[in-house]
Amino acid sequence: MARPIQEINAGSMADIAFLLLIFFLVTTTMDVDSGITRKLPPIQEKQQNDEKIKERNVYVVSINYHNQVAVEGELMPVYKICDGVKEFIKNPNNDPNLSEKKEKDIPLIGKMMVSKGVVSLQNDNGTSYSKYIEVQNELVRAFNELRDEFAMKQWGKKYKDLSKEQQDAVKKIYPMTISEAEPRNVGGK
Amino acid sequence: MARFKRKGKGGMPAISTASLPDIVFMLLFFFMVSTTMREVDLKIRVRLPEATEIKKLEKKSLVSYIYVGAPIKAYQAKLGTEPRLQLNDEISAVSDVVNYISAEREKMDEADIPFMTTSIKADMDVKMGIITDIKQELRKAQALKINYSTRKKM
Repeated sequence: MARPIQEINAGSMADIAFLLLIFFLVTTTMDVDSGITRKLPPIQEKQQNDEKIKERNVYVVSINYHNQVAVEGELMPVYKICDGVKEFIKNPNNDPNLSEKKEKDIPLIGKMMVSKGVVSLQNDNGTSYSKYIEVQNELVRAFNELRDEFAMKQWGKKYKDLSKEQQDAVKKIYPMTISEAEPRNVGGK
Repeated sequence: MARFKRKGKGGMPAISTASLPDIVFMLLFFFMVSTTMREVDLKIRVRLPEATEIKKLEKKSLVSYIYVGAPIKAYQAKLGTEPRLQLNDEISAVSDVVNYISAEREKMDEADIPFMTTSIKADMDVKMGIITDIKQELRKAQALKINYSTRKKM
């Protein structure tokens, strides 16, 4: 008498497969690429731009091959750069040493004084990349904080919570003017 | 004492779940295949620097990568210990960047070309000399949108 072959219970197979599936879903979290976005100046226009910008409108940040940071020729610790840049761009007392301001029409807001200041970051060939990124980060932070402050004052919200039009307006008031200078040796070797 | 009732005639027949694993396996394979990270085989060591003010790179198809760092141990005999750059799977010279960018550009849609971004993934210990050279090459190649790849600082 042939007994019918007992079927193996496949019910738990699904659980095993789900477990595998979830394992893969969790472990393959593709590391999101993120970083500091910058725009390089095009090659030809470089010279013309430089002539137009006045001395007082350029905030020179340089890093030498000892990874020391200098602002306008004077040594400065990295954490002070952010405030330095903000002061330079805002120029609340119209100090003649800080950036010039010009009236501009901004959509949504109307006439505003917009700084003509440019931050120029110079580095030496021997500067370490991590220091360079650290300083870049501080510069970007300065501009982000300026934008946040303005957004807070105007709309009571953070910059990233504003609508697209509002963000564009704030961008016009505080454009991220960080220029990557032509390579040159700062401090010599 | 409650006794289990024997299955009555009117009960619904149990749905066979035998094919459920197959479905789930199919999903599993789909995920395994589709999330193949286009991870290049790095011949150099890249430890990204940290930063706080970072932006996410959206649309990976628009991003080309340049890796910079010192060769890993296995390749040090051949390549030395000085930082080198890697494009796709090959160790390259700085002068190859222009060709690489134009090759990447060929692959893209016409409409996407203005949004092309070059992500520089450089090791923390690299000196700026090589980075500056790369930046000059990128300017020559008209690839002006760049991104210094960093990790999020906690």
